Amino acid sequence: MQETQYVKGKFVALEGDRVVAEVMRQINPDVVAAYPITPQTEVVQTFSEFVADGRVDTEFIAVESEHAAMSACIGASAAGARALTATCGAGLALMWEMLWCASGLRCPIAMAVVNRSLSAPLNILTDQTDMMGARDTGWIQIYAENHQEVYDNAIQAVRIAEHPDVVLPVMHGLAGFVLGHTLGRVEMLPDEVVKEFVGSYKPRYSLLDIEHPTTFGAYDHWDYFFEHKRQQWEGMNCALKVIAEVGEEYGKLTGRHYGLVEPYMLEDAEVAIVIIGSAAGAVRVAADQMRAQGVKAGMLKIRCFRPFPPSAVAGALKDKKAIAVMDRSSCFGAEGNPVFIEVCSSLFQRGIRAKVVDYTYGLGGRDTVPGEFCQVYRDLLQVVQTGVAEPVFRYLGLRDF
Amino acid sequence: MAQKGWKEISLAGLVADPGNSVAYETGTWRAFRPVIDFDKCTHCMFCWIYCPDGTIMVEDSKVLGVDLKHCKGCGICATECPRKAIIMVEEAKAQRG
Ligand code: SF4
Ligand code: SF4
Repeated sequence: MQETQYVKGKFVALEGDRVVAEVMRQINPDVVAAYPITPQTEVVQTFSEFVADGRVDTEFIAVESEHAAMSACIGASAAGARALTATCGAGLALMWEMLWCASGLRCPIAMAVVNRSLSAPLNILTDQTDMMGARDTGWIQIYAENHQEVYDNAIQAVRIAEHPDVVLPVMHGLAGFVLGHTLGRVEMLPDEVVKEFVGSYKPRYSLLDIEHPTTFGAYDHWDYFFEHKRQQWEGMNCALKVIAEVGEEYGKLTGRHYGLVEPYMLEDAEVAIVIIGSAAGAVRVAADQMRAQGVKAGMLKIRCFRPFPPSAVAGALKDKKAIAVMDRSSCFGAEGNPVFIEVCSSLFQRGIRAKVVDYTYGLGGRDTVPGEFCQVYRDLLQVVQTGVAEPVFRYLGLRDF
Repeated sequence: MAQKGWKEISLAGLVADPGNSVAYETGTWRAFRPVIDFDKCTHCMFCWIYCPDGTIMVEDSKVLGVDLKHCKGCGICATECPRKAIIMVEEAKAQRG
């Protein structure tokens, strides 16, 4: 049998923000409109150097705010351009109104979000409050665990967004500071391989196509607005398939396969932690440590939060005796935080009556270490032993809870 | 106009056939109807310039009347007419004649 040949890349040590900027350079998009904000600043700063040094042909628009950044990207996308940007935390919040316009106008913009908390109290460190807050804006959301995934997701985001069955904007999250500002090992593909993988953008409609004049953003009354929202649902539904296909194609090229979720030691696990993002690394270590002690511990990492993959999640968790869902954002007053709600709904709709608890963790940049995840596994063993999943809402790493 | 389902309509409500607003009869919105007194009208074309819906019908530099399928009854023409030749009549009354 012939051995599979993967494209050979170059191994580099880069900060997560620089990884994003390097991918943007490799893609060489038509337009980048962005505003710097900690901890995303290095993305914009590095990319603007590429522009100044003539290493890309991109029209770089130094805008006056994130609202303007997203507006400019929407305008560029409507004009038929491939538009990329990056932001985080308060910057994403300031884009709010325009996030809905980007998805509603079906502008396939790709945006890195260097996940940061939202003030007050003033905090610039990592959690997922920013992107979780934007979960209903009609954007596809994928998250990275490590530097390599930051790189790989940034490339795949463009393909996912522009797929003719999807045509929706994509935000790809990476933990601020933890990934954004730390050095990590990344295998970078040759520029031409990235260019070929993303291909050229062929917009279906373009404002600049004067042969076919098109109006974007016309008023939509009660008689058709609802139907256009239904179209967005279709794009999201199709995205579930497309994200997996693009991840598979990328895997054939690089040897790094991507799907909607990623199990770790989960097959025979009795107790499972469900998590999104960079802290999955610490959960892997905790699972290994618990396994060494004879506990059947496993993890389900969710890569794609929008669209949420309910069948993949429920299928992976259906026979687990107790499940802890980790939420790095706080949905005050809700019957559970965002990830917990989705996981529970996925299980319930498939008739799976599992014991599930919700842990809020890591808010405002608080580190969560493997030992704490070991404690979560021990808590789950307790749930299994007593048969009682109470309290359902828990805090990890909080004093005096 | 028969209403279409989501599969038959343009993506995101983009309008790819320019000028199709003619097919949308904004006249149904009208609560007041502009009525032109041709004894006063000097055909100065102010109403034609100001009408946001292009519904003042003109031929050979003469105002002929109002396209009631599209006149939404905003009353701008009546306000702008320098001869006060246009009055806004309640639509229900106008229809009763
Ligand atoms: S503005 Fe008045 S006077 Fe002038 S054309 Fe119109 S109706 Fe006639
Ligand atoms: S009422 Fe308004 S829409 Fe109707 S003719 Fe006058 S200006 Fe035009």
